[in-house]
Amino acid sequence: MTYMGGIRIHEGKELSKDMPTTVLLPKGDLVFPLSQHIGTPAKPLVSKGDTVLVGQVIGEADGLVSSNIISSVSGTVKAIERRLMPTGKMEESIVITNDNQYNKIESYGQNRDYMNMSKEKIREAVKEAGIVGLGGAGFPTHVKLTPKNDSKIDYVIVNGAECEPYLTSDYRLMMEESEAIIEGLKIILRMFDNAKGIIAVEDDKPDAIEKLRVLAADESNIEVQALKTKYPQGGERQLVYVTTGRKMNSKKLPADVGCIVNNVATVAAIYNAVANSMPLTHRIVTISGDAAAEPQNFKVPLGMSFSEIIEAAGGFKVQPKKIIFGGPMMGNSMYTYEVPVTKTVNALLGFLKDDAAVEESACILCGRCYFRCPLNLLPMKLQLLGLNSEDEKFVELDGMECCGCGCCSYICPANRSLTQTIVQTKQRILEKRNVQHELYELHKDHAVNE
Amino acid sequence: MSDLYNVSAAPHIRSPIKTNSIMRDVILALIPAGLFGIFNFGLRALLVILATVLSCVVTEYVYCRLMKKPVNPWDYSDIVTGLLLAFNLPSGIPIWMAVLGGVFAILIVKMLFGGLGQNFMNPALAARVFLFISFPARMSSFALDKVISPTVTDFLRDGVLVLDGVSGATPLGQLKAGETVDLLKLFIGNIGGTIGETSALALLIGAAYLFYRKVLTPIIPFIYILSFAIFALIFGGHGFDMNYILGHILSGGLILGAFFMATDYVTSPITPKGQLIFGAFLGIMTGIFRIIGTGVEGVSFAILLGNLLVPLIDNVTRPKTFGKERVKGVK
Repeated sequence: MTYMGGIRIHEGKELSKDMPTTVLLPKGDLVFPLSQHIGTPAKPLVSKGDTVLVGQVIGEADGLVSSNIISSVSGTVKAIERRLMPTGKMEESIVITNDNQYNKIESYGQNRDYMNMSKEKIREAVKEAGIVGLGGAGFPTHVKLTPKNDSKIDYVIVNGAECEPYLTSDYRLMMEESEAIIEGLKIILRMFDNAKGIIAVEDDKPDAIEKLRVLAADESNIEVQALKTKYPQGGERQLVYVTTGRKMNSKKLPADVGCIVNNVATVAAIYNAVANSMPLTHRIVTISGDAAAEPQNFKVPLGMSFSEIIEAAGGFKVQPKKIIFGGPMMGNSMYTYEVPVTKTVNALLGFLKDDAAVEESACILCGRCYFRCPLNLLPMKLQLLGLNSEDEKFVELDGMECCGCGCCSYICPANRSLTQTIVQTKQRILEKRNVQHELYELHKDHAVNE
Repeated sequence: MSDLYNVSAAPHIRSPIKTNSIMRDVILALIPAGLFGIFNFGLRALLVILATVLSCVVTEYVYCRLMKKPVNPWDYSDIVTGLLLAFNLPSGIPIWMAVLGGVFAILIVKMLFGGLGQNFMNPALAARVFLFISFPARMSSFALDKVISPTVTDFLRDGVLVLDGVSGATPLGQLKAGETVDLLKLFIGNIGGTIGETSALALLIGAAYLFYRKVLTPIIPFIYILSFAIFALIFGGHGFDMNYILGHILSGGLILGAFFMATDYVTSPITPKGQLIFGAFLGIMTGIFRIIGTGVEGVSFAILLGNLLVPLIDNVTRPKTFGKERVKGVK
């Protein structure tokens, strides 16, 4: 089964897919932003001058939707200040000077009998370990694993699609830590009695599929599904649809249709946290793109500067025209790579030319954007409505449903900035709604006071 | 600072298919039919083609200059309009008339409505109908014989019409009169007609190329021809007479219109459902014009009428958003 729309794009994965993951040790200071997840930023638990250990919680989840921040090195807290993120934002961050001792907290690495742990214990371990959606969204995983009704979940889907071009970090993980993925899925399945596990991988990674299938051969309720190689196959709404046939719109969560969706890296992190008491301190990142001297994959501690990773990768062949954190379809272009590795960044790509630096020309109504839209929207109309600030019409034509996958802009022969305008309009409307809501609240209070 | 990178919102990559590469594909697809037209009608046909193409290109350029609009990188859409217009003209048409058609197509139908993507009618067809209404005799004399020996002035002023003197009955006329037609001849195109419409073979080769390149989807042309065939079957008065039905499909401007004019992106619906309605409408209208009406040809009028309905069709065939139950109606 497949969904309507989507695009087949030049993959670029061949550059780095066969490069085994190399572990890198940080040299300089490490930067841990307190907000690298969706939700409230974490509260710092340390202050300047404190000593910290590997695995120590340095930022504590604040409120329901938030996540712990864990130190990946031992050393001293140098400062708590605002630092630049791969997203281009400045975030309050804990800066730690590495003492190169890697002294760990006591519990670090202790094996636990995870197949006999209670649901609450598992959730607690996941929360403690600071795990968030590592595919890019950064939604706190313990929240995801706590749906309203556990018994209504009938699918636990592991997202190994990795549909963005050039990215190979999930692929390397599937090849190198496949056991952790299977065991991690088994841990999640323990929490949902009626659920079946599905590991979904695009069929351009046959060796990963094979490997997972062999490991899952004895697990009666785990299935490894090969998906058609098509962007955005790994999008949550698309993935849930192709694996279960259930459709979600933007207002629904996977749990509303009985599904829990987690990225392969998240699932492996759950295994490490629950079974080995190893909190989330590392992740795999891909360094690639046609400007990269030696495209490859690294396992790096969170907080390490990307400039050190680029240096370890042999730098760039030539000065790239554009650098992107994440994939080229939904990633974020930046003006510098002097930023730390955060939980959600899976790649740094360097490109010799900038495909997006082109002049827009007139829409010829060819309909390609509509045919490629995985949500069946009419991007060419939505863009015009967005440009003209016709917000009501925009909402009526379901512009708010846009998932920002970028297919329409990619395919547009007139180089129109469809995704860009639609996503911007969406944000503007959301902000306006919030403001109106606040105004309403203000007014209400005022009325009460009178 | 030496590290200056481009920064922009995602996505950061673009498909290599651009407006001008699409137009270039359409031009390539029109070449077989154009060559056949020149072979069939002589070099005079080439002259008409050059006249319309040049007048279209020059009109667009001059308009942009005069209106101080940016002369964008050339998208070749004006060449497509010029070619399609020439394909819809008889080879014997006076050159000034062809030029007038080109100017009308670009200036009145396209640029005054906002340029590429904004015209509500197919420019080439609108110009053809404009010329047809203004100069009906000239526009419906389809010479087949080649130029004999015109003087240069005659050539430019009158075309070859007077010289060869052959206006010959077109296959559509024959069909209307109840005669049978030679289907193979019709398919190859060795018949009278406008420059680009006679050879179904050459047009289909071009269309196949466009399908292969995914420039066109088959819904509009096939539904158009199918619905017309059904109409001819029911209302043609010949029953299941293959010679009559195929004769109708292969003659006149139906193949050219169905594959190259009705499929114009700007003036056809976007969704498959809309394209289905559009194709069926064109088929039925062409049937009415050709079989029930008094004229012999109906493709141009049918497509132009269809063009006018496109905004309406697009509105009633709004696609259903993924994961949403029903799409609300338009206000």
